[in-house]
Amino acid sequence: MQLNRDELKRAWRTMLTIRAFEERVEKEFADGTIPGFAHVYLGQEASGTGVCFDLTDDDQIGSTHRGHGHCIAKGCEVEGMFLEIMGKAGGICGGKGGSMHIADMDKGMLGANAIVGGSPPIAVGAALTQKLRRTGHVAVAFTGDGASNQGTTLEAMNMAVVLKVPMIFVFENNGYGEFTSAEYSVGAKSLSERAAAFGMPAASVDGGDFFAVHAGMREALEHVRDGNGPYALETRCSRFLGHFVGDPQKYRGSEELAAARTNDPVLRFRDRVSEAALLAIEELNAIETEVRARVDAAAAAARAAALPDLATLETDVYVKY
Amino acid sequence: MPVISYRKAINQALEQEMARDARVILMGIDVGGGAGGSGDVGSVGGVMGVTKGLYPKFGSDRVIDTPISESAIIGAAAGAAVTGMRPVAELMFVDFIGVCFDQIYNQAAKFRYMFGGKARTPLVIRTMGGAGMRAGAQHSQTLHPILTMVPGLKVVMPSSPYDAKGLLTRAIRDDDPVVFLESKSLYDVKGEVPEEAYEIPFGEANVLRDGRDATIVAFGAMVPRAVAAADLLAKEGVKVTVLDPRTTSPLDEEAILDSLDETGRLVVVDESPPRCSLAADIAALAVSQAFDALKAPVGLVTCPHTPVPFAPNLEDAYVPSVARIVEAVKKTL
Repeated sequence: MQLNRDELKRAWRTMLTIRAFEERVEKEFADGTIPGFAHVYLGQEASGTGVCFDLTDDDQIGSTHRGHGHCIAKGCEVEGMFLEIMGKAGGICGGKGGSMHIADMDKGMLGANAIVGGSPPIAVGAALTQKLRRTGHVAVAFTGDGASNQGTTLEAMNMAVVLKVPMIFVFENNGYGEFTSAEYSVGAKSLSERAAAFGMPAASVDGGDFFAVHAGMREALEHVRDGNGPYALETRCSRFLGHFVGDPQKYRGSEELAAARTNDPVLRFRDRVSEAALLAIEELNAIETEVRARVDAAAAAARAAALPDLATLETDVYVKY
Repeated sequence: MPVISYRKAINQALEQEMARDARVILMGIDVGGGAGGSGDVGSVGGVMGVTKGLYPKFGSDRVIDTPISESAIIGAAAGAAVTGMRPVAELMFVDFIGVCFDQIYNQAAKFRYMFGGKARTPLVIRTMGGAGMRAGAQHSQTLHPILTMVPGLKVVMPSSPYDAKGLLTRAIRDDDPVVFLESKSLYDVKGEVPEEAYEIPFGEANVLRDGRDATIVAFGAMVPRAVAAADLLAKEGVKVTVLDPRTTSPLDEEAILDSLDETGRLVVVDESPPRCSLAADIAALAVSQAFDALKAPVGLVTCPHTPVPFAPNLEDAYVPSVARIVEAVKKTL
């Protein structure tokens, strides 16, 4: 389906926001302003953007440890995200979640998740709510090649089929679960083939191509919104960096590392829309300038922001105890 | 007042809350029963018959039979809870918590804190525990200590039909995740239970016997045993207070400390191995908060540090008995 100019601009803006955000995270991490771990989404921007493009705030997603891109694609504000991952007051979760636990219930973002395979069962529940309330909305569980081997994911796939819930399992296959290749660790021929064996339709698309992901997701949405139960979509992605920022990636050969960068979803999008004269290069550049300025300002503001009040240490464990 | 079983009291609370609030749904293995079979669907009502009769009344959208997939059951219930439903998930035996614990302690229990207070997870996990059924090491544990130490969870251990109904009603109306630990040895115990719905608040101990010589604190299936011990001691002239905290999280510390102020002697009865048990926890409470009130070492009546044995004589020796409770109280005098 052809997207109009505004839609193309929105997709470009989202992908670039993710790109700029993650590049900034890399820098901030090196500067020591981000405590703990950071897993960035560089190279996978088209996947999250394409998957979330037609979702509304009333559709829900569950995410992964590599969740910044999903958050941005689902509408979380980068200002609150930087505050959160730097552990500052005013962060999207008050500084109590951090990079691996960003959530925004108002945006239908049910949380990044530091447990591999943590999200799929929860997303089944969100989809069950949608089904029981007959809302027409859906739930999406983002996972990866790593989580595809986790029992929770396999249980969730079967449960989703049995309960016939409006849910999409998105497997972002970036080739590595931490430091181990999917080629080695996934026993099935492909993730989509394995998902299909659970009794749901499954497709595999080029995760470096926004348009392929978006088209795949359209089909998935059509299927689940019609009440046919779940759907699985594998997006084959490139992970530009290692498992975490600072991972020297000795387990990947130099040729492979170089090749990963050639499948750059941001450049591919730019080339495609400008060559087809859908958007002028000046328009794309103007959005890029604007996005990078916003991300840089957000990071700078977060660096300067106050730490959480110590009194919040013991709040919000319960609604009431 | 009607006299009904602990099992029926739980069933009644579920039925009344489901009728009151359309967001309340049940999910679990055979909570209806027989789905997809050639016979009667929904005729079973759980392996112990606790949810019997609810499927015919509320249908398959509200009484949801699931595959035997505990992670998916608990996770889906947590996901449904955080998006607006009020699920009551059944984890058949608490022993099965091992295969789904991540969804309980890493997910449901932490949503609210990790998300900066923006999540509500009104999830109830009903499960049964306790020895005495000759069910062996993987169907007889209690495991409340493991759950009690998790911030974000509330843990309930009803010891009578009256408490079971009032506490479950409270649990379903609560906005936090609650683990409701039923004692399977109590299912057929009968008691007076009002027909109408009522709530028993969490964190408020029940005083079953009132005496000034010693305090016994007991949980779940150990409460009737503590009462029996108190009654035996009363015949010998020893007047004992029996406290049932009813919830291990939150714990009514005040009631325990107040009673200790009066009696100066404490025995804790806990159906659990001793290390990191509620018995050890409450003993620590007593020595750290009421050391001056103590007239004797705290008595801990627990199970041994072993799995639950199968052979009936061994299992009987495993669970704290009335005789051991009496003996422990006498030791403090």
